[in-house]
Amino acid sequence: MANPVTEFWRRYRRNGAAVVGLAILCVVVAMALSAPVFFPTNPLRLVGPAELWPLTDARFPLGTDSLGRDIAAQLAHGAGTTLIIGLVASLVATTIGVGIGAAAGYYGGLVDDVLMRFTEIFQTIPNLIFLLALVAVLGPKIEHVVIGIGLISWTSVARLVRAEFMTLREREFVLASRAMGMSDLRIIVTQILPNAIPPVIVLASLIVAGAVLFESALAFLGLSDPNIASWGGLIGEGRLLIRTSWYVCALPGLAILLTVLALNLIGDGLNDVLNPMLKNR
Amino acid sequence: MSPLLQVCDLTTHLFTVEGVVKAVEGLSFDLDADETLALVGESGCGKSMTALSLMGLVPDPPGRIVGGQVLLGDRDLLQLSEHEMQKIRGNEIAMVFQEPMTSLNPVFTVGDQIVESVLTHRQVSRRQARERAVELLDLVRIPDPRGRFDDYPHRLSGGMRQRVMIAMALACDPDVLIADEPTTALDVTIQAQVLDLLGELQGEFGMGVILITHDLGVVAGIADRVVVMYAGRKVEEAPVDDIFASPLHPYTQGLLGSMPRPGLEERLREIPGVIPSLIDMTPGCSFAPRCAKAMARCREEQPDHATIGDARVVACFAAEEEVAGRGLAVDT
Amino acid sequence: MALLSIRDLMAHFETPRGTVYAVDGVNLDIGSGETVGLVGESGCGKSTLGKAILRLIEPNFGSIVLDSVDITHLKRRQLARHRHKVQMIFQDPYASLNPRATVGRIIEEPLMVNGWGSDRERKERVAWLLEKVGLPTDSLKRHPHEYSGGQRQRIGIARAIALNPKIVICDEAVSALDVSIRAQIINLLTDLRDELGLSYLFISHDLSVVEHIADRVCVMYLGKIVEIAERERLWAMPLHPYTQILMAAVPVLDPKIARERKKIIPRDELPSPLNPPGGCRFHTRCPYAQPKCRDEEPPLRPLQGRQSVACHLVTEQADGSIAYPTMAAEAAPKNDVRGAPA
Repeated sequence: MANPVTEFWRRYRRNGAAVVGLAILCVVVAMALSAPVFFPTNPLRLVGPAELWPLTDARFPLGTDSLGRDIAAQLAHGAGTTLIIGLVASLVATTIGVGIGAAAGYYGGLVDDVLMRFTEIFQTIPNLIFLLALVAVLGPKIEHVVIGIGLISWTSVARLVRAEFMTLREREFVLASRAMGMSDLRIIVTQILPNAIPPVIVLASLIVAGAVLFESALAFLGLSDPNIASWGGLIGEGRLLIRTSWYVCALPGLAILLTVLALNLIGDGLNDVLNPMLKNR
Repeated sequence: MSPLLQVCDLTTHLFTVEGVVKAVEGLSFDLDADETLALVGESGCGKSMTALSLMGLVPDPPGRIVGGQVLLGDRDLLQLSEHEMQKIRGNEIAMVFQEPMTSLNPVFTVGDQIVESVLTHRQVSRRQARERAVELLDLVRIPDPRGRFDDYPHRLSGGMRQRVMIAMALACDPDVLIADEPTTALDVTIQAQVLDLLGELQGEFGMGVILITHDLGVVAGIADRVVVMYAGRKVEEAPVDDIFASPLHPYTQGLLGSMPRPGLEERLREIPGVIPSLIDMTPGCSFAPRCAKAMARCREEQPDHATIGDARVVACFAAEEEVAGRGLAVDT
Repeated sequence: MALLSIRDLMAHFETPRGTVYAVDGVNLDIGSGETVGLVGESGCGKSTLGKAILRLIEPNFGSIVLDSVDITHLKRRQLARHRHKVQMIFQDPYASLNPRATVGRIIEEPLMVNGWGSDRERKERVAWLLEKVGLPTDSLKRHPHEYSGGQRQRIGIARAIALNPKIVICDEAVSALDVSIRAQIINLLTDLRDELGLSYLFISHDLSVVEHIADRVCVMYLGKIVEIAERERLWAMPLHPYTQILMAAVPVLDPKIARERKKIIPRDELPSPLNPPGGCRFHTRCPYAQPKCRDEEPPLRPLQGRQSVACHLVTEQADGSIAYPTMAAEAAPKNDVRGAPA
């Protein structure tokens, strides 16, 4: 058996689109990491004339927004914000979802009924409205945004994990674990969870993409943290100028589009690798 | 009289990422009308892939028939187009699968499914097809065939479903019936019923039946002739009495020895080792690594099929020597 | 005192379509070092019985006494102290091993869970177990998918005997294996039994395998034991009509006998355990059924010797002989099947 990392890459590589997605994501990550080097000052500082078109001034290659802030700097710093919000929100959603889904799927019966009704309540609330209400009440801070996005995204994880657990708990190796006297928690964590994780990873990557969109939507409506540069915030700034200086919206819009596309492609690629049904094809 | 079905040198490979799986390698056998031929072997011996090859149903990708002939009368089935094959399947060659649970469509009644298979190949009215379906249900000894006609598959037990599958296969009076592990999923008393039914129907219809199974006990009860397969190849072929009375190939001997028998106390005679992978095949006889009689030659050279007497074939150097020692004619 | 003693055990399941009487009043004793075979067709409750003994399925009624301790109602924590005495080998060598764990981990797991020895002692024990079941020592770091079905079953056996159990429940432990591999595993099981003094409850639908390995055999039909006898006795003289039919349905390895023997093909299909027939549960399929069989359930009665049977038609005569329903002498194959020629 080959080294698992090389084996993983060998399978992943077969999906060309997924490799492109990974490349785009690498560029975004590189942007985020290099932002403090190339744009050491606060990107929200006013640095030049307002509404400067891209490629007209060498100091501001991507132009400036309505207040004269450097768009390139905002994009670079925004990349980090976007990624962190996406990742942390996805982590929050996955943690809640795995916990609830695992308990519901493993125990079944009344536990399952109660937890699934609870999940359904969350599913029926319109996501964006819930998020807006939450941020409006708690205040537009980045932590609140992240938690809010996590709270609206966990239901799909819970449903997936529950379904996985329900099939896995019937498998004989779980029976064998019970026969040797293993505790429920230990069975859930060491026996079933490692087998249920691959599809969850795929879903988590898609939740990151969803979180990026939610954050952008919030920022666009002016409800994200105004003290941090983000792509959605930039679009929000630019929406009033869309007839004249449309690039202010278009550039971050393009960045969001590419990032979300990349994350979806990666999700597909992970699905191909991790979904055992497709193995050996 | 020429045989009903002639399989010559059939070779089917699966092209997977891990390599080429030689599922069936140079398989030849004849099937006469009114005869039951058993294809016997363990998992991965190529018996099921043989059935799919005969039916033109090899999943592609990854599988492909890379050589040989399958002669039904004077037509080579491997040369026919998919459209021509569709006319043959179900009409001249029919098949019964292992899983009676999944081989019936759950959303149609069993009667409608039989009607459908009648209408596919016969120019008859729906009413005539319905009559035929009831007749077939009766033929496979389903009690109250008219009543059962409108039942959905989930209402029937495994044994009943397998009877329905057999009724569908017989809908167009096929010349050849391929039964792939037809009783493996069934309980032993139900297995006895279904095997009994198959035997009787074979006589009534005068079909050639190819029975694919891993169970030598089933073979003893129903087959006329036996082909033993190992790692994609035929290793021995003989009339059923000879296979059980005097198996020639060490693999056949090992298989029989590893079956528990009533009244025998001693340890079972096991065949050591594991069933080989069909990807990295060794150059010589594929059974050599597990064979107690293996000689140096066996590890280098693939033994050819030697004909012994007028009805037996074996592919084994050691068996050839033994038989020659007994003064029987060996024709390689 | 038997090592394992089961009394009036019942295990019922509620399903949307009604109650399934999977195990419906079973009495069974297993002695130390004894192998008891449990045969029957699908839905007869043999697997449920095996799982109920381990309390993987909670019985509704009755008692399970293991090594003089009634474990039927023990709380989890107390039960854990007795778990090591009875272990299980499962049917499916693919589903019964955690695909994400290494072989070493799978075998060590029961030792870790039960706080057995130090880390080093456990490692030594795992190495010893690997050798016992005939697996190469380099297996520790490998994963189950690298092994074939037979070798996987060896891993499952090593896991089951890791805690030095007194009884191992083999639930169709060789049914999923190829013939040539099955013989290897059966031989391994008999070797381990002799060496470690194990008792087995050997659950199988395959009579020929049970005949090979068991000292005593129980025949189950729809949740009840219909006949129980020492192996030789049962094969020489099956009394219950169901046992006779079951034996007659087993394919024999001799084409001449197969052609000649008279077939007793049972009528009908297995009834559903959801709605078992009243009276004797076998009466709907029994070729000898009398009106009495429909109305009254026959109890499992001990006859002379160690044979018990639940059938109204089996009677002990005044002269000590047993009268039982049978087709004819030639109906059941006698033990004259010769071994395979060398």
